[in-house]
Amino acid sequence: MWCSVEPGAALPTPPCPPEHRHYLPRASPHAPLRRMRGGAGRARNGGGSVMAASGRSWFGALALGVSFLKCLLIPTYHSTDFEVHRNWLAITHNLPLSQWYYEATSEWTLDYPPFFAWFEYALSHIAKYFDPEMLVIENLNYSSHATIFFQRFSVIFTDILFIYAVRECCQYVNGKRAAKDILEKPTFILAVLLLWNFGLLIVDHIHFQYNGFLFGLMLLSVARLCQKRYLEGALLFAILLHFKHIYVYVAPAYGIYLLRSYCFTANNADGSLKWRSFSFLHVTLLALIVCLVSALSLGPFIVLGQLPQVISRLFPFKRGLCHAYWAPNFWALYNAVDKALTVVGLKYNLLDPTKIPKASMTGGLVQEFQHTVLPSVTPLATLICTFISILPSVFCLWFKPQGPRGFLRCLVLCALSSFMFGWHVHEKAILLAILPLSLLSVQRAKDAGIYLILTTTGHFSLFPLLFTAPELPIKILLMLLFTVYSFSSLKSLFRRERPLLNWLEIIYLVQLVPLEIFCEIVFPLTSWKLQFPFVPLLLTSVYCALGVTYAWLKLYVCVLTEHVFVRQKAE
Amino acid sequence: MWQVPLGFLQRPAMEKWSLMTVTVLLALTVRWTVSLSSYSGAGKPPMYGDYEAQRHWQEVTYNLPIRQWYFNTSDNNLLYWGLDYPPLTAYHSFLCAYIAKLINPDWIALHASRGYESQPHKLFMRTTVFVADLLIYIPAVILYCCSLKETSTKKQVSSALCILLYPGLILIDHGHFQYNSVSLGFALWGVLCLSYDWDLLGSVAFCLALNYKQMELYHSLPFFCYLLGKCFKKGLKGKGLALLTKIAGTVVVSFAACWLPFCTDVEQMMQVLRRLFPIDRGLFEDKVANIWCSLSVLIKIKNIVSPQTQLKLSFAVTFLSLLPTCIKLTVQPSLRGFKLALVSCALSFFLFSFQVHEKSILLVSVPVCLILNEIPFMATWFLLVSTFSMLPLLLKDGLMLAYTVTTLAFLLACVASFSIFEKTSAEDLQLKPFSLFLKRYVSWFKSFPRIVRSLFLLSVTLMGVLSLMSATVRPPQRLPDLFPVSVSSISCLHFLFFLVYFNIIILWDSKNSRSQKKVS
Repeated sequence: MWCSVEPGAALPTPPCPPEHRHYLPRASPHAPLRRMRGGAGRARNGGGSVMAASGRSWFGALALGVSFLKCLLIPTYHSTDFEVHRNWLAITHNLPLSQWYYEATSEWTLDYPPFFAWFEYALSHIAKYFDPEMLVIENLNYSSHATIFFQRFSVIFTDILFIYAVRECCQYVNGKRAAKDILEKPTFILAVLLLWNFGLLIVDHIHFQYNGFLFGLMLLSVARLCQKRYLEGALLFAILLHFKHIYVYVAPAYGIYLLRSYCFTANNADGSLKWRSFSFLHVTLLALIVCLVSALSLGPFIVLGQLPQVISRLFPFKRGLCHAYWAPNFWALYNAVDKALTVVGLKYNLLDPTKIPKASMTGGLVQEFQHTVLPSVTPLATLICTFISILPSVFCLWFKPQGPRGFLRCLVLCALSSFMFGWHVHEKAILLAILPLSLLSVQRAKDAGIYLILTTTGHFSLFPLLFTAPELPIKILLMLLFTVYSFSSLKSLFRRERPLLNWLEIIYLVQLVPLEIFCEIVFPLTSWKLQFPFVPLLLTSVYCALGVTYAWLKLYVCVLTEHVFVRQKAE
Repeated sequence: MWQVPLGFLQRPAMEKWSLMTVTVLLALTVRWTVSLSSYSGAGKPPMYGDYEAQRHWQEVTYNLPIRQWYFNTSDNNLLYWGLDYPPLTAYHSFLCAYIAKLINPDWIALHASRGYESQPHKLFMRTTVFVADLLIYIPAVILYCCSLKETSTKKQVSSALCILLYPGLILIDHGHFQYNSVSLGFALWGVLCLSYDWDLLGSVAFCLALNYKQMELYHSLPFFCYLLGKCFKKGLKGKGLALLTKIAGTVVVSFAACWLPFCTDVEQMMQVLRRLFPIDRGLFEDKVANIWCSLSVLIKIKNIVSPQTQLKLSFAVTFLSLLPTCIKLTVQPSLRGFKLALVSCALSFFLFSFQVHEKSILLVSVPVCLILNEIPFMATWFLLVSTFSMLPLLLKDGLMLAYTVTTLAFLLACVASFSIFEKTSAEDLQLKPFSLFLKRYVSWFKSFPRIVRSLFLLSVTLMGVLSLMSATVRPPQRLPDLFPVSVSSISCLHFLFFLVYFNIIILWDSKNSRSQKKVS
């Protein structure tokens, strides 16, 4: 029945009976796959079926379109992460399991959890048909044409999982605002915001990483939780954790949400927890899933007695507080303040110049960085800060449960808080907050405003990832493309409500343009280029840190001040 | 109360603005990503390719006085990529050379820079094309799409998207390396001006196009006939004559302005003209999808007939094939007829004229883009075939990936925005008058849409298979040119079919049939 109607419109989420929801995934899984076959495949459907599918075909067109763009990005620059993954292909292909986490011929040792290693192992069996040379461990920095094609296409193809997950998420987003024009449907906007996400495009398809299918797993688990299929969601998330452990940052949101909504099966009339409704069966099931997945992943290494080695590879605390290029978080501001205080102190002779450690902070090679005025930060301190900053959001999720939306907000807050205070955070980690926030942005004007600030600054802070001249136009064009679209589409979606951004926020965002012009065009022409090569990076990361911090605070305030009864009324 | 409809009215304008921006940004992204791939003649001494030709022209125009640009001198070996385009191209090269000099003088050093290749230089050259495209071609397309009447904002945006994503032009300009977007962009500005009845501006724009590339002559007859017809309509004694004189004056003045530095000497002008129309180069070069090249599979015309006769033969055939369209346009000048005439005349030239390059098909494709929203099915089909016809060239340049991806993306864009498969009825293809005319003799027109659709699918499949085979299969030793020849012959058959089709539309498009439509 739903085939003839818009998927979004057919699914007003809250009142939808559960059995109804189960039809959706079953009917849809192959749709993105079928469309991936290309234009000819679509063409063969002929006129009639295209007409019937025209309601849904926009999703296929969007997904296919972005896949083509990804293919066009194949010849672009790729970072050392390309070599990292090639090395892992070689390691997993040639060595027995027992040596995966010990092999150290290349400096890029395996530092992802076992499932990812298995994933590389599986890929390597296809890779040997492309170019067996890439599977030789000693072939450092090997990048033949076949290798590039294989690796790039492996990212593009595994993104099918992401596309499928986005489709599932789009069906969840409620279609109450059913507009006549397809371009104004929340589902359509959400699909574009996720599929054409600027950060994901440049990190995965230019810089080179496999975030696409990992975020696919995450979004899919989110979609499953929203569809109240908790066990599936938990299973997917557990698997995800063993693919890439960075997702552990958002685990508190998952844990609390599952505990609150799945382990306790009922609420009191006023929305508070009904302690008696605790379901022992549900807890056992969840624990079983988590343990089974962990056993599957880590079991072999426990048997081999290699667990400490694996752990030490996964959590390299020897690296510095900040990455070579500071991610725009709290520590970037902290470093900047320290640096400023140093300069001021030296000028007014408050500091002894001989005691100041000589190290350029963003030089790239410096792993450990001493603060001069402010106290230096230890890993434990960052851990405590992260924990404390996550706590309120988790409490909120527990005491003011608001269904899937509350969960999503908590998820975003966890991701953002750990981004703000984490140890050795990469700028790419901002995607962990941006992608789930896209889901919220098409539902509420308030979230949309925060989303616009966070995406714009977060994406802008990714610019230094691509520093080569041929990629400069690409990153600027793609960024403009995404930003113009997200602003105009969200604005038209919420045009009946108050403006999404106030004038101060607009001024802040507009200033990114002169900043970019200064960093990329003006600064290289000045004489400071040789003296202070790190200034553009410093400016970018500090300026973006302001925006990210602001968005984080605003979202926190938004979550903490919202009253529960608002939601009860809505239901 | 009245605020609600007002807001409703204001909204589409904002939407249109942002949608158009997104479209342009997308088109620019595709252009730049394609430009990252290889270019013609990369690392292939001693002659290299069009990239080196353009660089060489910068070198020549910057270092030599204007008098020597088109002459063979000790500093200007015309056999090595001598200038063979009209003055505007030379001026453009001069301008680019000036900027190149500022960045790196090695790029245009006389003699020493021959065959210069480096990553920064490639970036510079690509940027010049990118900027030219952005300044001339893209604004023309956007304005043209905005000027389309009786269409919704969405349709306008999707036409702009499809036109800007047309792979042929992107691949040749940003992949192979040429500046077609300049001359084609000027021609588009001409069409745009004529559609607003700014005849003089239109003529200036077209003169610029003509003075950038002499191949724009393919479009000259429709421009001429349309304007002439317009003058006739106004009455040759009163307003019409005045308009005609004004247009003629404008054309003469703009030509004079372009040729001013060469007007000092008759020998100069003659030399430029000789360079522009190299008659001794033969009937065709390489594997072109025109009639002469395709016929040469069966009969070697080049060997049988003398060059002079070849010239006369091709001229006669071209003239005959042009005649009906031109007469029709002069007698009944209309904007729609003008656009169609641009298509059919350029196609006739491409198929029958002397010394045609495979890239000249772009001169047909751009006018076809203009009727994309009117006859989406046929236009898409034609644009696909035109890109396919350049396959051997693109394959030689190492643009297979870009070709595949952009072509599929273009097909996707057309299918998604025009749902072309639903527009295959006789009426959608503008064949209603013709089918009414034919109904007296045949009666199989009921299954017409299905037949057309299956023909399209057959042709697309054939093109796909041939593209795949050209890229992967090694041809048998006895027939080394098997794939290029089959690509050009198949394309040629398609083009003949399209020529017939467009001529039918033009000739059967009478005022009667349209008024009939209105009545019914």
